Amino acid sequence: MSVLVVVECDKGEVKKSSLEVASYGSQVAQLLGTTATAVAVGEASEASLAQLGEQGISKVLYDAEPRLKDFVNGAYTKLIAAAAQQEDAKVLVLANSNIGASVGSRLAVRLQASLATNVVELPKNDGGQFTVKRGAFSGKAFAEVVLTGDRKIIAVKKNSIEAQHEAGKTATVESFSAQLSDADFADAPKQVVLQDQAGGILLPEADKVVSGGRGMKGPENWHLIEDLAKALGAATACSKPVSDVDWRPHHEHVGQTGITVSPNLYIACGISGAIQHLAGVNSSKVIVVINKDPEAPFFKAADYGIVGDVFDVLPKLTQAVKELN
Amino acid sequence: MKFLVCISNVPDTTTKITFTPDNKEFNKAGVQFVINPWDEYALTRAIELKEAQGSGTVTVLNVGEADTEPNIRKALAIGADDAIRVNAYPKDAFFVAQQIASIAKDGGYDVILMGKESIDYNGFQVHGMVGELLGIPTVAPAMKLDMSGNTATLEREIEGGKEIVEVNTPFVASCQQPMCEPRIPNMRGIMTARTKPLKVVEPTGDASRTQVTEYQLPPKKQGVKLIPAESAGDLIKLLRNEAKVI
Ligand SMILES: Cc1cc2nc3c(=O)[nH]c(=O)nc-3n(C[C@H](O)[C@H](O)[C@H](O)COP(=O)(O)OP(=O)(O)OC[C@H]3O[C@@H](n4cnc5c(N)ncnc54)[C@H](O)[C@@H]3O)c2cc1C
Ligand SMILES: Cc1cc2nc3c(=O)[nH]c(=O)nc-3n(C[C@H](O)[C@H](O)[C@H](O)COP(=O)(O)OP(=O)(O)OC[C@H]3O[C@@H](n4cnc5c(N)ncnc54)[C@H](O)[C@@H]3O)c2cc1C
Repeated sequence: MSVLVVVECDKGEVKKSSLEVASYGSQVAQLLGTTATAVAVGEASEASLAQLGEQGISKVLYDAEPRLKDFVNGAYTKLIAAAAQQEDAKVLVLANSNIGASVGSRLAVRLQASLATNVVELPKNDGGQFTVKRGAFSGKAFAEVVLTGDRKIIAVKKNSIEAQHEAGKTATVESFSAQLSDADFADAPKQVVLQDQAGGILLPEADKVVSGGRGMKGPENWHLIEDLAKALGAATACSKPVSDVDWRPHHEHVGQTGITVSPNLYIACGISGAIQHLAGVNSSKVIVVINKDPEAPFFKAADYGIVGDVFDVLPKLTQAVKELN
Repeated sequence: MKFLVCISNVPDTTTKITFTPDNKEFNKAGVQFVINPWDEYALTRAIELKEAQGSGTVTVLNVGEADTEPNIRKALAIGADDAIRVNAYPKDAFFVAQQIASIAKDGGYDVILMGKESIDYNGFQVHGMVGELLGIPTVAPAMKLDMSGNTATLEREIEGGKEIVEVNTPFVASCQQPMCEPRIPNMRGIMTARTKPLKVVEPTGDASRTQVTEYQLPPKKQGVKLIPAESAGDLIKLLRNEAKVI
């Protein structure tokens, strides 16, 4: 019996969310009195995989097949299922990402496992009952869920667990092959188009986010958002109407019908705080609101606020960050 | 081409979420239920593709009890041809996926569309379960869907970009913006929806693999600390020294 952790890599590095997943998995292994093995997908380097020892992983399986560099649902599912068989994994842990959800849901059927997505805390294992806490109702509530199956798959929400770092510990990296055939790559992408990322920080992975709404008045003013984001090392985001009118691209739209983020810091600039917007950001640890209307509903959900004009306040904040650094 | 569009019945996006006093169930009292917003993309895109092809059918499917019928009728009013309701409480995603897979298989559907995720339970998992149960590809979440003959070209969102994927029918796709502009029912649609067929069938099996034992609301915020606009820079110091997030 073991715990198997699925680690997503990109450009040779383990993604931040996967470091969290690895920490989560090794803590589950401790709870169950066993060890945590990882299986890596994407473009990995041996050095970064070995470093997963710092998160408590003892062994990493890696298939260097070049076609696995990009996400292929069929092939990834087969690879991870084969790793789960080999390691006799009773619990699988992955990121609550587009890859994690795509693969995890197929694995739940293939491995006859109970699946919980959007999980925010370590599980409890009391009297043979395995319970996880997961986000539900678009950030407006949590649910305690018992996973009744023999095998369990847990998709961990980003930024809800802090990755541990035990410096100096390394994992052994073993090459692994699931004997993939061409048929497993039938749904391989024809093309992969990467976004032009301001400052190189991906919104879903970011731990700081600066976000703009209609109060920004137009796309020509977005440099104010970008300057502050750059100074902070933050990603940029926006409200739905802003992406609907193409001031910003759709992948920046956060909220109930956009992406959900849970950074340590979310700065909302000229956003009113409609309930559908809050649904995508309300699990952020600290929320800052800048709005000229003191009655804006967002202030009720905020930790810090400035009642003022974004065109006046944003440059001051950027300046203050630069002075601090 | 036969399209199957799965719709979930969810609390309206403005709903204040509360639970029964024992915290075991969602408190439905006074709550308005709507078609899951993501599912509207799936539905509208299926109708558009059918129209472009000049033939075919769009069937909507819901796994739910009788109280979901107003929203099934709404989907018919938007332009679906017929509907199926699997008469059961949707216990969990695996249960729902089994029902969808069984209907899809028996009905010989070519394209199975659903929303990215339900806004109540936020599972983001029914798509893959249905695909795996049927042994067909799933593309999730899809931002664009075009058909040419039996081949679909989709844009699949990945963290940091998108993949262009081609799959042949049958396949499953879970849809999200900006796939299309969701349609709203017009008067004629509402009139014709009343007479469109809505078949009620009983579920196959009752297997489920998860069980919610309790709901909780997030802890209340302490209240906002306001910083005067004149000394906006002080906010940055507070974020470093007090909140410790920068
Ligand atoms: C089914 C459904 C789903 C939805 N999903 C989402 C979603 O996922 N995400 C989302 O964001 N929205 C969503 N919405 C829309 C949501 O209801 C709001 O309409 C939207 O969030 C408002 O965007 P906003 O705050 O940018 O604009 P507004 O509501 O127009 O707010 C602009 C704010 O800027 C302030 N302002 C103006 N000028 C200045 C200035 N110079 N300085 C400072 N402040 C200024 C104003 O006081 C105001 O509060 C959804 C709606 C529906 C019905
Ligand atoms: C507290 C609570 C109360 C609920 N009350 C009701 C209720 O009163 N009536 C009701 O019908 N459902 C109800 N549901 C069920 C819920 O809406 C889903 O049907 C089920 O839980 C699967 O959700 P998911 O988030 O895992 O699906 P996801 O994987 O997030 O859903 C993806 C897509 O699958 C499709 N889908 C999901 N569920 C269904 C379904 N039931 N039928 C057809 N297609 C579906 C949709 O296209 C959806 O966009 C309730 C759920 C909860 C948690």
